[in-house]
Amino acid sequence: MSAMPISRFAEPWVLPSRGRVAMLSLIIGESAIFTIFVVAYIYYIGRSLSPPAPAQVLDVPVLNTICLLSSSVTIWLAERQIERGKIKTFAVWWAFTIALGLIFIGGTAIEWHKLIVVDELTIRTNLFGTTFYSLVGLHATHVIVGLIGLSLILLFTLTGHVNERHAERIQVFALYWHFVDAVWVVVFTVVYIIGR
Amino acid sequence: MGVQTLPIDAALDVTTPRRSPSQLLEWLHGWVVTVDHKQLGLMYMLYAIVFLLVGGAEAIAIRIQLAFPNNLFLSPEVYNEMFTMHGTTMVFLVGMMYIFAFGNYLVPLMIGARDMAFPRLNAFSFWMSAFGGLLLYYSFIGGFGLYGMGGAPDVTWWAYAPLTAKAFSPGHATDYWALALIVMGFGTLGSAINIIATTLCLRCRGMTLLHMPLFVWLMFVTSGLILIVITPLTAAQIMLLIDRYLGGHFFDTQAGGSATIWMHFFWIFGHPEVYVLVLPAFGFASEIIPVFSRKAIFGYPAMVAASVGIAFVSLGVWAHHMFTIGMTSVGNAFFALSTMLVGIPTGIKIFNWLATLWGGKIRFATPMLFCIAFLFQFLIAGLTGIMLAVAPWDWQLHNSYFVIAHFHYVLVGAIVFNIFAAVYYWYPKVTGRMLSETLGKWHFWLFLIGFHVTFDTMHFVGFLGMPRSIYTYMPDRGWNTLNLIISLGGFVQGIAVLIFAWNLIYSWFRGKEAGNDPWDAWTLEWSVPSPPPPYNFATDPVVYSRRPLWDIKHPDDPDWKYEA
Amino acid sequence: MKPRRSPSLIFTRVLCPALACMSAMTCVAQGPQATPSILAPASTSAHQIYALSQFVLMITGGIFAAVGGLLVFVIIKFHARDDDAEHEPPQIYGSTQVELAWSVIPILIVVVLFLTTARIIFAIQDAPEPADALDVIVIGHQFWWEFRYPKLGIVTANELHVPVDRATYLRLLSADVDHSFWVPQLAGKTDLIPDHPNETWIQPLHTGLYLGQCAQFCGVEHAKMLLRVYVDSPQQFAAWVKNEQQSGVQDSTVAAGRHVFDTEACANCHRIAGTAATGSFGPDLTHLASRATIASGVLANTPQNLHDWIQDPNSLKPGVLMPAMQLNESQIDELVAYLDTLH
Repeated sequence: MSAMPISRFAEPWVLPSRGRVAMLSLIIGESAIFTIFVVAYIYYIGRSLSPPAPAQVLDVPVLNTICLLSSSVTIWLAERQIERGKIKTFAVWWAFTIALGLIFIGGTAIEWHKLIVVDELTIRTNLFGTTFYSLVGLHATHVIVGLIGLSLILLFTLTGHVNERHAERIQVFALYWHFVDAVWVVVFTVVYIIGR
Repeated sequence: MGVQTLPIDAALDVTTPRRSPSQLLEWLHGWVVTVDHKQLGLMYMLYAIVFLLVGGAEAIAIRIQLAFPNNLFLSPEVYNEMFTMHGTTMVFLVGMMYIFAFGNYLVPLMIGARDMAFPRLNAFSFWMSAFGGLLLYYSFIGGFGLYGMGGAPDVTWWAYAPLTAKAFSPGHATDYWALALIVMGFGTLGSAINIIATTLCLRCRGMTLLHMPLFVWLMFVTSGLILIVITPLTAAQIMLLIDRYLGGHFFDTQAGGSATIWMHFFWIFGHPEVYVLVLPAFGFASEIIPVFSRKAIFGYPAMVAASVGIAFVSLGVWAHHMFTIGMTSVGNAFFALSTMLVGIPTGIKIFNWLATLWGGKIRFATPMLFCIAFLFQFLIAGLTGIMLAVAPWDWQLHNSYFVIAHFHYVLVGAIVFNIFAAVYYWYPKVTGRMLSETLGKWHFWLFLIGFHVTFDTMHFVGFLGMPRSIYTYMPDRGWNTLNLIISLGGFVQGIAVLIFAWNLIYSWFRGKEAGNDPWDAWTLEWSVPSPPPPYNFATDPVVYSRRPLWDIKHPDDPDWKYEA
Repeated sequence: MKPRRSPSLIFTRVLCPALACMSAMTCVAQGPQATPSILAPASTSAHQIYALSQFVLMITGGIFAAVGGLLVFVIIKFHARDDDAEHEPPQIYGSTQVELAWSVIPILIVVVLFLTTARIIFAIQDAPEPADALDVIVIGHQFWWEFRYPKLGIVTANELHVPVDRATYLRLLSADVDHSFWVPQLAGKTDLIPDHPNETWIQPLHTGLYLGQCAQFCGVEHAKMLLRVYVDSPQQFAAWVKNEQQSGVQDSTVAAGRHVFDTEACANCHRIAGTAATGSFGPDLTHLASRATIASGVLANTPQNLHDWIQDPNSLKPGVLMPAMQLNESQIDELVAYLDTLH
């Protein structure tokens, strides 16, 4: 309690990185939005007054999920590469991440096409349609935003503007991508496992 | 030895010469593109004050209409727009904006930083919020309302479903409400992230979390709460727009949707929101009361814990706005209990302020007058809140004028009084001039009288069975005289606020020079010139306690010897 | 609020009558008043709420006196004196014992308040429905009230009749948006939410007319969706029921008016029992002339008001959903004469 005041040069004054703190705060806020949509989805399970029901029309998107979750691995590998300054390898893993994300979006598009055209399920059809397209669509929007960001970074990398000093910023961005994948785990479980 | 005496150097002389008119455009341009936290803070504050006057005008219109039964001053359509816009304006365009006004201005100064963590995000957030508010007001002229004055929102500020469905609100009023608030929500989120990052990452050396001024703590807690509280509103409003425009059924009771789920989502936002609004005001009190009592705040760690406790508990009380919707008795009992529990950390704060005053040497300058009134009024507000927490009594009081009285006691009696205190306290720092004490005392006493005439009476007209959201009332219900009294009090408050606005303008030109530290205070913002230079501090400060300037002024008796 | 077999009979049989007696003794006014005050309870549950509120007021009043008094004391006693402005007062940073003390006392107060509150919640919400209770279905509309007595075959609007001393259980539904049924002297309010049936009960203790109004914003004319509850003696109630169960009066002297009613689209929205008019969008008019008011309690039921209402409802209650029927003067006069016979 009666300690002498710390000397100016005695200990290092270490504070967290602002990029990480900001991204984590954003993730917390976004989680709250997703939570509300998930709660609505769960609340309305089984309450549609008209068909179709989830079990009738939903196929479990196995390939999509594998791709998206793998993209978390590839982005992690990319992060490790840029830490060591291996820009070319970084770019390769980064490109893989984008590719896997694109497969996910493409797969979602195919799924939605089938649901709309073949099964005649739209956002206005019934409660299942409303909550399904809203929740999965909200997630897909976040994936697309992530893909845009990833692509911009890839562009900067290929034009030689990215180097080892940007490793921390890359990691901050990767946090967002990991978040998007984590949300998919929740959405997948709620929509395709519990809700079906 | 390496031990430094406290090194908070005054900054260099940086008085800027007055600009000549030919440089006016440049000057304006500077403000539009600024990323300086002080300028953005000032713009937030001007925005809040302008809309305080606009929202106040809406309140006056309401009170003129209600001064007499069966009055014809406003049609029902316009009246419904007035009270919806009054509530929405005061909560979002004044309440949320004052938080970031003071937060942006003061947090970097108080923690010894040069700016916020993300200055460009700061600017982006301000302009998003500002434009969102303008979008809300554009509704008066932009929409085709069903009747009456344009398409301003007219569905109450909580916009219950299914009244907001396309079927029952065919015009664009609801759309303006939802869109404007979604846009403002992005700005709010950005600012909250900025404050969290600034607080955690930019504190000067020695400023541990437990050395931060309580205002910074409260801004930090408020911002954390905002992250998880504004976003549910955004989600619910997106759902509402999906219902209205894409044929969704979230709140469509004809298709199995639920009207009550809107209520849950809205109040999951809406209740913690009022704590978002009040916590920074607590921060003001925690800065001002010690300085004008000449004592350190009593129980700093308890105050921090209470603030965090309030934030957490406030997340679990939302359904006390829904005691009448037909929840089970167990559900009602749970929320009654949780609501009562939130009174405990709040009470602890009041006791700590009292203990700060105890044994002090209280100076009754204008900021302190407003803070003392705050203490009385917040005590009453808390107690009427406890009354409302008693669910069976709430079955009578809900949606009556008693509730309006209660929440205006909090919003005006606690928050606005503290905002006035804060303006009188920090105006010298921001502008370099003192606000007039004479005008300040006129402002205080008139506002105090007007406030009590209006809102004390309002409790009683609520007891007498008058519900809220009504554009008129029958003359034989016994509410006539009380309503007239309430309205007269409103006018007195309006005059007081105009005196305040005049004080702000007059003192800008004629106020006494303030110097660095007119109040003999103890936190870092008082160590820089008034107004502060753009870079805030000439050298990075180093601090050793919660009151760095006390340590400088009392080198024989510094805080760090005694703080827990 | 759903009634069901309640295990806590002690509360309903012992505590609540005790509280009700207590509050009945302390109440000044009894019976209906022009001012629908929550301080003038006239039913079992309103008395229970009132008694609880007095108890809570005592506690909060005590807290106010103590803390407020302390605040007044502090600002007087520790006012800075001019002569000793030089020295700062002793700096006290905190005290763990004091913090604990003033945390524990509020917790104890909360415990007491909560337990009292919970008892009354359960007593009112979970009160078992007596066998002789009257069942009424209330349907909220923009901006009027529909009342149905299913076991008695009665449909009426805006003016509710219930017997004194017996319990009336109200099932609350909505045809459009949210409303709330609030008659302060008879019960706390309960909301009417579409697709979410609610229940409440009233057991009035004194006969007379009780006033209330919709207490959940429901649109433009929310302010004029008034409630009138007539608490009748058993004889009065029986007479009212008997009259309501009759079909609409057939008076041949007003056949012209009846013809206007049948041919001018009134029947699309309004029902008159015993005729071809079976519309359900607007209030049932079978016994319109027996009601004291029209337009949901806003206007006295006089021929002039009826005339003006039919001519242009929006001029009297702007935003009401009934359109001006574009009738000429003689048609309206005949119609009013007809409606006036519907006792």
